[in-house]
Amino acid sequence: MPMTLNRVSVPVTVNEDACIADKGCTVCVESCPLDLLAIDLLKKKAFMKYDECWYCLPCEKDCPTQAIRVDIPYLLR
Amino acid sequence: MSDMIAEVDVLVIGGGTAGPMAAVKAKEKNPALKVMLLEKANVKRSGAISMGMDGLNNAVIPGHATPEQYVKEITVANDGIVNQKTVMAYAQESFNMINQLDRWGVKFEKDETGDYAVKKVHHIGTYVLPMPEGHHMKKVLYRQLKKARVEITNRYMATRLLLDDSGAIAGAMVLDTREGGFGVIRAKSVILCTGAAGRLGLPSSGYLFGTYENPTNAGDGYALAYHAGAELSGIECYQINPLIKDYNGPSCAYVTGPFGGYTANSKGERFIECDYWSGQMMMEFYKELEGGNGPVFLKMDHLAEETIGTIEHILHSNERPSRGRFHEGRNLDYRLGMVEMHISEIGLCSGHSASGVWVDEHAATTVPGLYAAGDLACVPHNYMLGAFVYGQFAGQSAAEYAMSHELPAVDAAQVEAERKRVLAPLANPDGLPPAQVEYKLRRFVNDYLQPPKVTKKMEIGLDRFAEIRADLDSMSATNPHELMRAMEVHFILDCAEMAAHASLYRTESRWGLYHYRVEHPEKNDADWFCHAQLKKNDAGEMTCFKRPIEPYIVELDDEEKDAYNRLRVVKQAATA
Repeated sequence: MPMTLNRVSVPVTVNEDACIADKGCTVCVESCPLDLLAIDLLKKKAFMKYDECWYCLPCEKDCPTQAIRVDIPYLLR
Repeated sequence: MSDMIAEVDVLVIGGGTAGPMAAVKAKEKNPALKVMLLEKANVKRSGAISMGMDGLNNAVIPGHATPEQYVKEITVANDGIVNQKTVMAYAQESFNMINQLDRWGVKFEKDETGDYAVKKVHHIGTYVLPMPEGHHMKKVLYRQLKKARVEITNRYMATRLLLDDSGAIAGAMVLDTREGGFGVIRAKSVILCTGAAGRLGLPSSGYLFGTYENPTNAGDGYALAYHAGAELSGIECYQINPLIKDYNGPSCAYVTGPFGGYTANSKGERFIECDYWSGQMMMEFYKELEGGNGPVFLKMDHLAEETIGTIEHILHSNERPSRGRFHEGRNLDYRLGMVEMHISEIGLCSGHSASGVWVDEHAATTVPGLYAAGDLACVPHNYMLGAFVYGQFAGQSAAEYAMSHELPAVDAAQVEAERKRVLAPLANPDGLPPAQVEYKLRRFVNDYLQPPKVTKKMEIGLDRFAEIRADLDSMSATNPHELMRAMEVHFILDCAEMAAHASLYRTESRWGLYHYRVEHPEKNDADWFCHAQLKKNDAGEMTCFKRPIEPYIVELDDEEKDAYNRLRVVKQAATA
């Protein structure tokens, strides 16, 4: 069936200068109860892959370098 | 891809609150047993308490309350429809569990003498114990899991239970949510601890995951139990909560109430005597919201600076800590304005109301070898502490069952049928995206099932759900993550149909807003003083039937019976 891709703004921002996923860290990916974060294989940095956020904050609290900021999703803000 | 096959004695499905406790207690009962804790996320941060909890809502602590008083309170709060034996079993173990958690390192509020500082929120008794530092709850549980040597399997989701030829539990079939593999876990006994059906109604924001409950809790266990032939109970007694509008999390009156905060109308006036969440309270909330005095607010702006500071510390570091940044974004300061409140979407949850899988006082369901604990197990108003206590019962019962039973044989036909069902969306890349199917399904839940409940609307709802069921076969998944969401849509649809059938069955009104039937507006004890059960019959159809209420073990006097029907503040005649 015909499909399209919609753009959406996602609530999780990763500070790529602080993120140490390139050194093998996957703490945020493991923390997320909804499994929404992933490591970009080219950039070797964490990013929010799916817009299914409960704005619950484990990713932000558990990040060893405070590289993550969780905002309230735009529809709720 | 070959199936993952594991063999265990006790399989615990769900690693949030009840699950870790069940697994630890099964190992304590018999350390030789192989106990596996299966979790869709990671047990370190999973479930309703992923960020901890700000207090106990139902602490039965000597000197403040007795088990008998608590049983009375819950019997009245749940409009008489309780198996008191299950509530009593909780109440008698409540204090032991608090002491155990205290020994494990959970920090409860204590007074200057070291006693638990219990607060009054309920209508009759005193049961709320704050946990201002409760954000560390998951760490405490994780330490116990490691100590007890529980085998942890993260990022796997159970899709169906496996039964033997007698209808007893034989294990579960699972999906690897990261790799997309299908697997079988053989087990002598299984404990369901999968939480509420929290992704049932659509939040009014329209954001699918902006739910009150952790949205991973899609009603998995309700559907697993149903398809295994277990009885469910009180499904028509929905979970509906008073929440911060748009943010859709608790504000939370249990925390602020003991400090002097209260629910108010737009004039800043109190209109309910008690902020404890019950269907009767929600009915008054609904009337105020929809009447001329709405919207409804949580009022704290009259409190002293240091009190508000304490409230902020608790609310912005526990349970749903992002509420602080939500208020910041809306320029709301508790000192200067009231928090706008709203009514949540519907869900199923016995932790808050009474909709769940039927269990006895040992956490046993009606399927041999299957146990349940936590938000999905029908022990009314059980909350977090009830999840721990019933987790303990379930762990002990399931361990005993495993010790006296052999591992049942696996029925290859069940496994084959389930593998086909689960993996189908991956083989259909050109089909409907699960998120679109979920959105439409949950919008119909709002349109047709939300109270006030109207017969014709619920019947139309069932027609729409049948059409969605036909769409399930055309769902697609482009990766394992999306496949997990697709299988959750199956669970959500099962729960939606259960909610409609159970609500149509009980032709009276009860539990205030939770089951307000417009055509049957009165409570009818003559015909409906009973549990309404739901199960899959031998023909595979959803059926409802009555189960009589066991004789009360704690009698209520007439004044107590009526207490939750007198929640509205009675206006005094104006004085000059």
